[in-house]
Amino acid sequence: MEKCFHCGDSCETSISLQDKYFCCHGCQTVFEILNENNLTYYYDLEQNPGITPSRFEGKFDFLKETSIANKLLEFSEQETHIVNLLIPSIHCSSCIWVLEHLGKLNSGIIHSQVNFPEKTVRIHFNPALLSLFDLVQLLARLGYEPYISLEDDNKARKHKDRSLIYKLGVAGFAFGNIMFLSFPEYFEVNEFWLERFKHVFRWLMFAFSVPVVFYAGWGYFDSAFKGLRSKIINIDVPIALGIGVLFIRSTMEVALDLGTGFFDSLAGLVFFLLLGKFFQQKTYAYLSFERDYKSYFPLAVTQLIKDNSATSKIEKQTQIRDLRPGDRILIRNGELIPVDAILISGNAFIDYSFVTGEAQPVGKKSGDSLFAGGRQEGGSIELEVVQAVAQSYLTQLWSSDVFGKEKATIFQSLTDQISKRFTVVVLSIAMLSLIFWLWYAPAQALNVFTAVLIVACPCAIALAAPFTLGNLLRYFGTYKLYLKNAEVIERMAQLNTLVFDKTGTLTTSEKNRITYQGVDLSDEEQSLLTSTLRSSNHPLSRSLYQWLKGNDIYTLDDFHEEIGQGVSGAKNEQRIYAGSYPFVNQSQESTTPIKEQNTTRVHIANEEHYKGYYNFYSEYRSGLKTTAKALTQYEIIVLSGDNDSEQELLSKLLPEKVHYYFNQRPEDKLNFIKNLQKQGKKVLMMGDGLNDAGALAQSDIGIALSEDINVFSPACDGILDASGFDLLPNFLALSRKGIQIIKYAFLFSLFYNLIGLGFAITGHLKPVVAAILMPLSSISIVVFTTLFTYAVTRKLKKQNDPTK
Amino acid sequence: MSIIYMLLAISVVVAIVFFIAFVLSVRKGQYDDTYTPSVRMLFDDGVPPESSETQTDQPTIKNSRNQD
Repeated sequence: MEKCFHCGDSCETSISLQDKYFCCHGCQTVFEILNENNLTYYYDLEQNPGITPSRFEGKFDFLKETSIANKLLEFSEQETHIVNLLIPSIHCSSCIWVLEHLGKLNSGIIHSQVNFPEKTVRIHFNPALLSLFDLVQLLARLGYEPYISLEDDNKARKHKDRSLIYKLGVAGFAFGNIMFLSFPEYFEVNEFWLERFKHVFRWLMFAFSVPVVFYAGWGYFDSAFKGLRSKIINIDVPIALGIGVLFIRSTMEVALDLGTGFFDSLAGLVFFLLLGKFFQQKTYAYLSFERDYKSYFPLAVTQLIKDNSATSKIEKQTQIRDLRPGDRILIRNGELIPVDAILISGNAFIDYSFVTGEAQPVGKKSGDSLFAGGRQEGGSIELEVVQAVAQSYLTQLWSSDVFGKEKATIFQSLTDQISKRFTVVVLSIAMLSLIFWLWYAPAQALNVFTAVLIVACPCAIALAAPFTLGNLLRYFGTYKLYLKNAEVIERMAQLNTLVFDKTGTLTTSEKNRITYQGVDLSDEEQSLLTSTLRSSNHPLSRSLYQWLKGNDIYTLDDFHEEIGQGVSGAKNEQRIYAGSYPFVNQSQESTTPIKEQNTTRVHIANEEHYKGYYNFYSEYRSGLKTTAKALTQYEIIVLSGDNDSEQELLSKLLPEKVHYYFNQRPEDKLNFIKNLQKQGKKVLMMGDGLNDAGALAQSDIGIALSEDINVFSPACDGILDASGFDLLPNFLALSRKGIQIIKYAFLFSLFYNLIGLGFAITGHLKPVVAAILMPLSSISIVVFTTLFTYAVTRKLKKQNDPTK
Repeated sequence: MSIIYMLLAISVVVAIVFFIAFVLSVRKGQYDDTYTPSVRMLFDDGVPPESSETQTDQPTIKNSRNQD
């Protein structure tokens, strides 16, 4: 089969143009646009780089309203507007190239620049030649559809925190210069010219070290102070103590002309510590771990306003936040219901899987109430608003206080636990040696005391965790587990309970599993059914059609669709009905009454007889059984918003000990996790939808599973691509290994501290010794942890390979 | 030997100039996106003006590449 020249998908129906094949007209159109504008270099950069444009008619109509469009602008002046758009489909160098050459497509685009890691493009355009609406339409037509949500409403430019880079720059700058200035005195002692100039050198070093202590290293004093105030001795306490003592003693030495001081060690220490911080701070710029409903909801919706003079209604684009109870809105196929509302007219078929966890879309009748967050599948519907957006059932969940607090504050990291003992030990050694020297040689006593505090500064310990966890964080990233920060790995190692959502987490939303019950259908009937379903746009028809696709397809003599009821099709005097039970069974004798049903069914009948029904189940992830088996050391719980129709099947797939809870509303899930934690359990929650948002926030680790990491996922500690689900046991094992590595690294760095203490207690800590010892210990810890994490990850990779 | 004061002053000034350059580059956002520029510099300058003949030529080359 041919591959689509544009997107690389295999072509089922081949459309060819200039010897090239396209899978659909959308792809072909993009090629034509690019070809006409001499932009085919797009296809030279990467093979099949394109994205099939999705249907977007009417989706961006709200941008025609200038008051809404202006809210998205970052900058606006007469001739230039600047807009920064998030485009999730940016994925390769071709994307960068074509988006930066948009000016060739429309002269209204002055300049455009892509930020690849953030998947954004900043476009300067001339509003006289091109409106924002046209610009977005142009992008969408090329397959680069911008993601515009309620979150973009407040376009105050987020201030980027670059302070760590500045601090690193200051520390590195000072470190380098101080090292040069301190060199002469290390090698030449009592040389004539050096004696004359050494004071200049020393005071220069002092000058350089001032910004290191009071700017670059200030965070450590701050954090140590905060820790002490809440009666916690964190790792920053001994570090701040070390930095403080280093600076004061060095300044004293220089001022009183006693020696050179330890300025180079001081600057080096701060530089290495900041380097560790920087390394640990691996961020996935295009992923957001802090999302709430705002980035899931659209910015605007079509409001229907009654014209006073006439009976007709005017369509107007209104911002979601301006909707008031009583307003009428129009929701088209595929659009999201942004507010709690009552269905007025139209054929509503709402997919709530993301909000409640119900697996199958539900049909609604006029007068039914609809909750915000559902997605309409089918035709357009008209709704009356019941609650403003902030008061809707779904958004109220966010007022729960779990969303306010940071998990980090409760958690005490391994480094902090160790630093507590470490600090106590170091302080007692320092005191003991002070007492000893006061008795033995009082002149040296203060020197030894400060030397102990300097050399015991746990630089290497403080570096062990950032580098180990930073390495693991990157490794997880390559296997599509994107964690919010390195600390999550430490918490991961302590888990003992795993809670899974069912819909969308254990099941895939990609396909349905369908079974048939009843009188067998003949081949002829099957092809008739398949052909009938092909003409229907109903979601159930579409998935049943996908499932039956192997059958012959022909053109029907007659096709009829009763909205919300079912379809019927005829060919050669034969007729088949598919749909709800009353619809297919309307003119016939009552057969055995159908029991109360928990599953979604499509019933089948021909002119004469009722045949049977198709049962729709959601399909479980392929690796579920083996993955669950590998996790038996954990307590596993399935927590679902769906009904319990699947329990029997699940208990076959999952190990025996698993507990099941069904019909759980979002708050139930949250409270369930809270109860587990009260029992002292460390809980991982894995979910996918907004209904899990509370549980994800409450759990020790909340991981959002996502089929497509570019689309919305609720606030969490990590986002796992669905393809990486099988690797969950490995991720958990690796996190435990990581903690072991950190512990080994602690032992290793203690060894350095002991050597240093040997020098310090005996009163031999010369600046040059400290200057060698300090970087040596830091660098060897970095090498040690990097090699170890590499070895551990390699081992797991090998174990994994045969199964792949 | 008082030239050493001069030399020290110069070296410190040069170092500070570079430091200021660093601060300015961070402030302008040069460190915000460290990936895209590395790709951008590999693009050919401008768009080659293609005539209609070359346009029909190119697909055959590209197509053969796609098949392997």
